[in-house]
Formats: sequence, structure tokens, C-alpha cells
Amino acid sequence: MSNPQQLRYSKEHEWLTDAVDGVATVGITEHAANALGDIVYVQLPEVGNTVTAGEECGELESTKSVSELYSPVTGEVVEANQDVVDDPSLVNSAPFEGGWLFKVRLADEPKDLLSADEYTAFTAG
Amino acid sequence: MSTAPRLTALDALHRSLGATMTDFAGWDMPLRYTSERDEHNAVRTKAGLFDLSHMGEITVTGPQAVDLLDYALVGNISTVGNGRARYTMICQEDGGILDDLIVYRLGETEYMVVANASNAQIVLDALVARAEGFDAEVRDDRDAYALIAVQGPESPGILKSITDADLDGLKYYAGLPGTVAGVPALIARTGYTGEDGFELFLKPEHAEGVWKALTEAGEGVGLIPCGLSCRDTLRLEAGMPLYGHELTTALTPFDAGLGRVVKFEKPGDFVGRKALEAAAERAETAPPRKLVGLIAEGRRVPRAGFQVVTGGEVVGEITSGAPSPTLGKPIAIAYVDAAHAAPGTAGVGVDIRGTHEPYEVVALPFYKRQK
Repeated sequence: MSNPQQLRYSKEHEWLTDAVDGVATVGITEHAANALGDIVYVQLPEVGNTVTAGEECGELESTKSVSELYSPVTGEVVEANQDVVDDPSLVNSAPFEGGWLFKVRLADEPKDLLSADEYTAFTAG
Repeated sequence: MSTAPRLTALDALHRSLGATMTDFAGWDMPLRYTSERDEHNAVRTKAGLFDLSHMGEITVTGPQAVDLLDYALVGNISTVGNGRARYTMICQEDGGILDDLIVYRLGETEYMVVANASNAQIVLDALVARAEGFDAEVRDDRDAYALIAVQGPESPGILKSITDADLDGLKYYAGLPGTVAGVPALIARTGYTGEDGFELFLKPEHAEGVWKALTEAGEGVGLIPCGLSCRDTLRLEAGMPLYGHELTTALTPFDAGLGRVVKFEKPGDFVGRKALEAAAERAETAPPRKLVGLIAEGRRVPRAGFQVVTGGEVVGEITSGAPSPTLGKPIAIAYVDAAHAAPGTAGVGVDIRGTHEPYEVVALPFYKRQK
């Protein structure tokens, strides 16, 4: 499995794009999706709500368990991916593409987000 | 207690297949190989291959083997014919369920008791203790067998191609010795999936060869390796209880809606008889709670321990829950107060992390195979 070079990563296994016009896209990594197994339910933060870096903002439910979704950054949610709400298996099949979760207008981001290589090393350990 | 997990004879093979492993009752077992939903669907429509070597085999032999089993278990083992199997339970003196079991009659005076991995030691200890005074030997055969299951509608054709055994003559809940892929095996037509299928008890050193032969034989008809995750959703859809969830020492078979396994008509005393007679009476006249099925109207999944609610009042508890691949909705088994347990009861929900999610009360099972 390879983690796209152009993304940055949190230790809670979220990825984040560079901001375009101040808005970044957030998802969970393939490593996280594989660890969860088949995802059957996704609850995303609502558009207009503020999410805070490192805090819970939704949930991902798989056959076996429920996991909290953490926001990697702070800001206002401007879009939630209705496609993954309708078909949560997108998170498994295309975690870095069609399985993205939400878009956020960046207000602040932590200093310790990882590069692709750092995240790959982090998950290998 | 040792902390190192026990490994089955197929451990290296699971790792080479890329299985996600999980600790189950002290064993390192395959949870899934790829997608648990695909594995589940393969068993329902084609075939799946399982390593169940964690199950606990206990052999009971001797002139009074059957008398010991009739005394130690709640079933009427004397009526099990040679080459047949019986689903039964072992209870405490107070009627509480120690484990649910399958007893296979292997010969005139030879029986194999198959216990859940988590309870195998408890069952073994109980049988040894209860054997006192009987001319019978109780033998721990947990390490003597690997157990491979092939389950699903394609399983008879797959197994037929690599065995000389007469599978057409092998009924559901029967077992016979035969040769599979050139090695001896006890072939049983049993399973825990709600599908037709077979369980093969083999010497551990033969497990890898038989697994590979089954994989090859099933290649053209969609057989895939399957983990414990889909085994759980398969048995849940089929309404089959799982020890530690629907069955515990705090419950009698009558509380679990399985009073039919208790055979009061058998001759002689058996462990738990007195308490179970009272439990049968109670279940008949004033059942406290009943085991029911619940089907979600929404998509959030109920889990074991979640509360069943109606009108702000707690009326039951979930014992098992999962998204059902066959129904396409979350399902659960729950103990619910008798007043709210009738199929179709309105207003029943499950408290999922503070939100009351509406559920439909149904009779078990959720899924029944078309024969």
C-alpha cells in the first residue's frame, strides 16, 4: 500500500490535502480502512460546524467495531461527502480518492502532521 | 496462564494468504482474509473454507461412555445412532449453561464431544469430575485434531471431488470416517453458518494438504478462505446462539429459548435436572425475557450490551449485533421483556450511544436456507 506523496497525515490516520482557496480535503488512510474492515456506516461532521484538530468529529462503523473520526485540523466544515454516507464501502475501495470524508476551511493546523514517508514509517512500526 | 497465543497447524498458510489475525479464546485465528462481506456472501452463494482448529475435542470411551454423557449433559445421548451427531448442552447443578456442544457418536462405545474454544477446559474438567463412578475414559484430544470446515451450496461438489466417502448418504448432523485428499478424516455434515456444509476433523499434520486440496477443488466454483468475522455474521443471520453472548452460566437453556435440548424423559438423573425442571416451569408460566431478533430501520449497528428501549424505558439488552450482508441492514439478537417480545411489537428501539434508533422485532432466524 502506498501513501500519496502530496498528502499530509495525522497519527490518528487521517490524511489532508494542501489547501486550495483555504479549503483542504480530509479522509482516512488506506492503512486505517484496512484495519477497520468493511465500513458499513459513516457519520460525518455537519456543514457549517467547526471541527478542532485532534478532536472527535464523527464516527466510522465497520462490521466488527465503531471508531471515532478525528479531525486533523481546525476549521469550518464546508462540504461533507454524501457519496460515502450513501455507500460507506467507498472508504475501503478508494480511501484516497472517492472515499474522502469532508472539506474544511482551514483556521489552524497542528505542527506535527506527517509527510507520506513519515506516515509510512509510523505505520510500519 | 500463558500469554503466547496458540497457533493452529494452518498458521503459516493463513499468513501467506495475508489474513488479518485476531486473538480468539487464546488462539491466534484468521479474522478475515480480504473483505468480510465478500467472505460472508461466498458462503451464502458459493462456498467458504474455514480453519476452526481452536474448537475443543474431547473423546469419551468405554462401556459406560453413553451413561456418563447422559448424566453429564442435558441431552438424551442414548438415542444418538452410530455415525450421527447431536447438538446439546452441559449445565451446572443450578441449570446455568456451561457450554453448548456437539456430540458425535464415532463407534459403539466412542463419542467425541466438541466444545467451544473458550470453554474447552471447563467442559473437560466437568466431564472428568462427572465421570467418577462410571466405567468410561475422558480424553483431552484438543491437540489431536485440526478442524477445517467447507460451507456453502457448492461445498458438496467440492468435497465430493477429493473424497471417496458417500456424501449423498451423509445426512445433516451425521459424521463418518473417510479419506479426504488421500488422508484419513472424520467427515461431519455440520456447521455454524446456516448453509449446507462439512466439518473435517483431521490430524494436524494433514491440515495443510487438505486445505490446499479443497482450495484447488473449489477454485472454479468460487470457494474462498473465510475468517471468524464472517462466521459470526453467518451464524447471527441463521439465529444460532454463541456462548458468552446468548448463552452464559446465568441462563438456563429454557431462558435462551432452547429448552428443547433438555430431555427430562431420559432415564436416570442428570446434572441440573432439578433446577432445569423449575426453569422449564418458569419459562412456561412467567418467562422473564425472551430471545428475539431485531432488524434496524436505520444503518447504525447495535452491539452486544446495548440497551433495548421503548418509551424511555429499558426493556432488554442486545447480545449480538452486526450489519447483515444478506438483509443489507443491521440486525441483532436480544433478550427482551416478554411484554415487548412479540414479533411486530411497535415502538421498540435500541439506544446507540444516546440515540434511540427504531428497530423491528422479528422471530429468529433472520435467514433460512432454501432446501
